Amino acid sequence: MSDAISNPPPAERHPSTLRAEIDGLIAQGAFDAAARRLSELWRRDPAAGTASFVTSRLDELRDKLALTNFQLAKFRFAILRSFTVEPIVPLLRAEAFAYGIDLEVHVGDFNTYVQDMLDGRSSLYRFAPNAVVLAVRADQAAPELWSDFADLSPEAARQAAERVVHGYEQWIGAFRKHSQAALIVHSLERPSSPSLGVLDGQSEAGQSGLIRQINRELRRIASEFHGVYVLDYDALVARHGSEHWHDERKWLTARLPIAADYLLQMAREWMRFIVPLSAPLSGRTAKVLVVDLDNTLWGGVIGEDGMAGIKVGPEYPGAPYQALQRALLDLSRKGILLAVCSKNNLDDAMEALEKHPGMLVRAKHFAALRINWTDKAQNLREIAQELNVGIDALAFLDDNPFEREQVRAALPEITVIDLPKNPLEYAAAVRNCAAFERLALSAEDQQRTEMYVAQKERAGAEQNFQSKEDFFRYLEQEAELEPVTDLTLARIAQLTQKTNQFNLTTRRYTETQIAEMAKQPDWRIFSIKVRDRFGDHGLVGVAITHDVGEQCEVDTFLLSCRVIGRTVESALLAHLAASAAERGRKRLEGWFLPTKKNAPARDFYEQHGFELRATNCEGSLWALDLTSCAPLCPDWIKLKVSDRD
Amino acid sequence: MTASTFEQVRNVASDIFRVPADKITAESSPETIESWDSMQHLNLVLAVEEKFGVQLEPEDIEQMKSVGAVAELVERLQSAARQ
Repeated sequence: MSDAISNPPPAERHPSTLRAEIDGLIAQGAFDAAARRLSELWRRDPAAGTASFVTSRLDELRDKLALTNFQLAKFRFAILRSFTVEPIVPLLRAEAFAYGIDLEVHVGDFNTYVQDMLDGRSSLYRFAPNAVVLAVRADQAAPELWSDFADLSPEAARQAAERVVHGYEQWIGAFRKHSQAALIVHSLERPSSPSLGVLDGQSEAGQSGLIRQINRELRRIASEFHGVYVLDYDALVARHGSEHWHDERKWLTARLPIAADYLLQMAREWMRFIVPLSAPLSGRTAKVLVVDLDNTLWGGVIGEDGMAGIKVGPEYPGAPYQALQRALLDLSRKGILLAVCSKNNLDDAMEALEKHPGMLVRAKHFAALRINWTDKAQNLREIAQELNVGIDALAFLDDNPFEREQVRAALPEITVIDLPKNPLEYAAAVRNCAAFERLALSAEDQQRTEMYVAQKERAGAEQNFQSKEDFFRYLEQEAELEPVTDLTLARIAQLTQKTNQFNLTTRRYTETQIAEMAKQPDWRIFSIKVRDRFGDHGLVGVAITHDVGEQCEVDTFLLSCRVIGRTVESALLAHLAASAAERGRKRLEGWFLPTKKNAPARDFYEQHGFELRATNCEGSLWALDLTSCAPLCPDWIKLKVSDRD
Repeated sequence: MTASTFEQVRNVASDIFRVPADKITAESSPETIESWDSMQHLNLVLAVEEKFGVQLEPEDIEQMKSVGAVAELVERLQSAARQ
């Protein structure tokens, strides 16, 4: 508290003052300051008028920002639709901008989505989208079931539902042939007033039942293709309430079915897909959520109110804090690490974390704790360092707007969550934050917290050994190498997208691209899993090679930061070399492409006997003569190679 | 039409059509503002409803043929709501 007073963050500005300030900053040439204010303006006033202002200034700033530190990832998004979406587009672009994404949007013509998807030369494919949403409403997708249901015999209704599913299956199949872009398919909403009234609820073969069945089939179809996802439009409408969501007047006059107040919600729902989909391009994923304690994790101040005074438990006023804690545990199950950053006496806070009967999250759920009176920005830097992630991988949750603004000002790359004033709304604010969305979960994601705890024990053990080799022998590492499979595809793509440090080329791939590569005869995709006496690291390394003539080129070679410095990279390289030699290749070649973050991998090729072949402005090319050299797997790693290749 | 309503409508129109506010007069219309097409017209309708808390009927929307006409419409709807 005293910090906030002695070191005040910028005062809240009125939106109209902010607008004038932004235009002033642009005129002065302070482009990245203007961009930060622009994103502040959107957070403060996310309305239609603001969206037009934000997007027009963004269009002005785009080229100038490229020369500053302000990072914007480009993303191309196509909307195929059966209704008016134009008023949503500026809201969507402004919302994307607040996530550091420069969204270019293509809107298809009304109801031409079938032709657009089937015709490989359509404007959709010429736009070369990164992602496409198929925003089709039930009245268009299933007109017979929607408008004329009472006319249909049960058999005819069932057939109509089958035709709808068959149609989707064909269009999606054609889409996958023509494009590697992600596809987001809206599910169909159920009618709010079914044609047969309450009778409809009595049978699975009624109007609602058949639409539910179509939705189930859409999920099945999506699961059969890589990079196809369902947006549960039916649940979205239900969440906001059909009566609120719809605007019959705008629908009949302008083909706009969604009420003005909910257009932003539609844009935000799309963002929950766009944010994780754009991670491979931006290299940004929120991996750690750092939470405050007082008035965030529990109500009240532990240092003043004590164990008996703080509010957290199943009944109000403790209930909203339990609801937030449940949301945090759900994030942790998705592989997002939790950490604490709180201004408190350590003993007070730990007592509450360990012993308060109302707490659902406990000290063991946190991968890092910073409970002290130090500046939060400094603590956040330390947490990032301890967990081996970039500052931009942190998200910050704090009830105090002053702390939030200070963190934003000191560390602009952090995702700061604006908690609403009312604790009843805390859990929803966390659950609806697009930064934590994931489109696939690997086994590693689900046990990440346990792995970090084992990592702490390893770090403790390492200090007791005289030499590194003694420590490696003590670790009893076992590595398992195998070619990519359906089970490992998601994790392999995820590692190419998230790994920044031990990554020789930092090439980002989507699942679809990896699947495509795996089909090519000249390409090899390997993964390595590692376990040791402290536990299982899971799938932590990926190597992708491409045979060209006598050469085997290393396209990608990366290791998760969890196993850096454990000689796993030598084991992986030994296998690449052996496998290339077995296929008759004479040379192994690879680039090292330096980035701001991959210094840990810089000397890898040199240390493993490669010779420098060439250097250019992007990096250096290294080669190893396989006819005279064979890199060995370190004898302290037990290597098991699965030969499904 | 009062100056303040006109000014507010002009600011909304300036955002939507991406034209500097000082270039917009009461007579500005789809004929004089190039970006004022049917889709931007819809965005103008939504922005006016949001800004002034009014509900525009299809007949009202047809009357929105110039920035001045929009300001007059807003005042009429606001005074009707007060009665």
